[in-house]
Amino acid sequence: MLKIACVLGPLLTLVAYAVLAERKVSALIQDRVGPNRVSLPLIGGIPVIGPFLTKLGFWHPLVDGVKSFIKEDFTPAHVRKIYFWLAPAIALVPAFLVIAVIPFGSTLGSQKMVIADLNVGILYTFGIVSLGVYGIVLAGYAANSKFPFLGGIRSSAQMISYELAMGMSVVPVFLVVGDLNLSKIIEHQAHNGWNVFPLFGGGFSLQTLLLVPCGMLSFTIFFVAAFAETNRLPFDLPESESELVGGYHTEYSSMKFGMFFIGEYANMFAGAAMMTTLFFGGWTLPFFGLDQAADSVWKGLLHIGIFMAKMFAFMGIFIWVRWMLPRFRYDQLMDLGWRRLIPLALANIILTAAVLALTDR
Amino acid sequence: MIVKRNELTWFERLYLPALVGGLKVTARHFFNNITGKTKVTQQYPEEPTKVLPGYRGAPYLVRDQDGATKCVSCQLCEFICPPKAIRMTPPGAAGQPADRPNAEKMPKEFEINMLRCIFCGLCQEVCPEEAIFLKSDFSLTGLARGEMVYNKEKLLALGGTHGGVQKWKHKLEEAKEQETFPVKV
Repeated sequence: MLKIACVLGPLLTLVAYAVLAERKVSALIQDRVGPNRVSLPLIGGIPVIGPFLTKLGFWHPLVDGVKSFIKEDFTPAHVRKIYFWLAPAIALVPAFLVIAVIPFGSTLGSQKMVIADLNVGILYTFGIVSLGVYGIVLAGYAANSKFPFLGGIRSSAQMISYELAMGMSVVPVFLVVGDLNLSKIIEHQAHNGWNVFPLFGGGFSLQTLLLVPCGMLSFTIFFVAAFAETNRLPFDLPESESELVGGYHTEYSSMKFGMFFIGEYANMFAGAAMMTTLFFGGWTLPFFGLDQAADSVWKGLLHIGIFMAKMFAFMGIFIWVRWMLPRFRYDQLMDLGWRRLIPLALANIILTAAVLALTDR
Repeated sequence: MIVKRNELTWFERLYLPALVGGLKVTARHFFNNITGKTKVTQQYPEEPTKVLPGYRGAPYLVRDQDGATKCVSCQLCEFICPPKAIRMTPPGAAGQPADRPNAEKMPKEFEINMLRCIFCGLCQEVCPEEAIFLKSDFSLTGLARGEMVYNKEKLLALGGTHGGVQKWKHKLEEAKEQETFPVKV
């Protein structure tokens, strides 16, 4: 219970600050200033730090949260009420459930830093992630008007397509590791090099050399699919504000909209955490003995820090890419998913299997 | 005209060159902005803006270099004002004398309704005494309509000093000299 609270609290905070980061980074990329107005009464008065935090927009998430709670929660007359109320919750929950199996650190004292150390970890993840589409489809259906409905349809097609590519892109990882448990995957990477680039930390051998392109390819496919799964640009067709107003959440206001928002960013965090765990060695670093389970509290905290740093790097890329690429057309999206990524992923499975069969460790 | 569209090479069709190009452009903007190389936004209330000379802001009354009201209450500005924003009360026959000796009179009250004013500058153009000027103020605020009617005192305080040829002073001096012209030895 305590562990759940200790993960969920920071996660929600991180989500709020990811929104801030999104706004600030987008502003900097577009030669703007970004949020820099909110100042708290007492802290704003501290000489250097107060104005600096204000300039950074540090208090904006706080104010945003308060704002979305006290805004009018408007339910349009034409919506299907039950689903309309249910959809935000369904959109939000899977994102948090995925976090449960992610090992975000080695050990802290005697506690393993993972909420649920499931043996079927990754299967559970994929099962839950595919539930995420229901929230969006339901929101699109419940709103009972054309734009949200189109957004819902698009998202269901998109998510199912990319779920396939995503699922197949991680098969090579399991071929290499031989286990579905995420903690075991990290352990394997600590000994045999990161899955994305096995030469890094794995030592040089014919097999690790040959596994490099496999790892890179499978990471690339997973990465692209993760963008599609989290409805981020260039694949944000469910939302596509320029043609569908706001897509599936057009009719939502106040905290119900906020829940979709939190869900989207929590999904991003889940995606970033999955990439870190599956391909980038989770909480390990192949230097200074940081790849062994922690024997002191400080080292445990350091491991959590390493995991967070990797996750933040991915979040940064998520945000960076959003403000760079234009949106794909719908047929391009489907083309990329079905005709490029899925065959590539299948070929990659065969390639990896061949490498593993023909070379010895 | 037919625009020739080249077939994309297989490398370009990979979408990667465009991706890298985009990343480069956005990263460049990001770092230029963060290091302060590009600066586009002027953060207005904190960074006061500077208007150029010749800007037509709010019209204010000015004093001459001796601190005397320059306006002689001729009412030309009141008559020419297109939106009728200026309202002047002349001193009348038994009114207060002008600040300046030899000047005939000065207004008893002078009001400009800044809500009506269109900042056209005709009052400044028509003024024979160079007593009213469109200054550089552009953000006039008030909590009530009444506050936006500036009276003579306020207009003079805001207008400050504007020197120039002190016509009435010189005329007075000349007149005095005339009286003593045939210099008595």
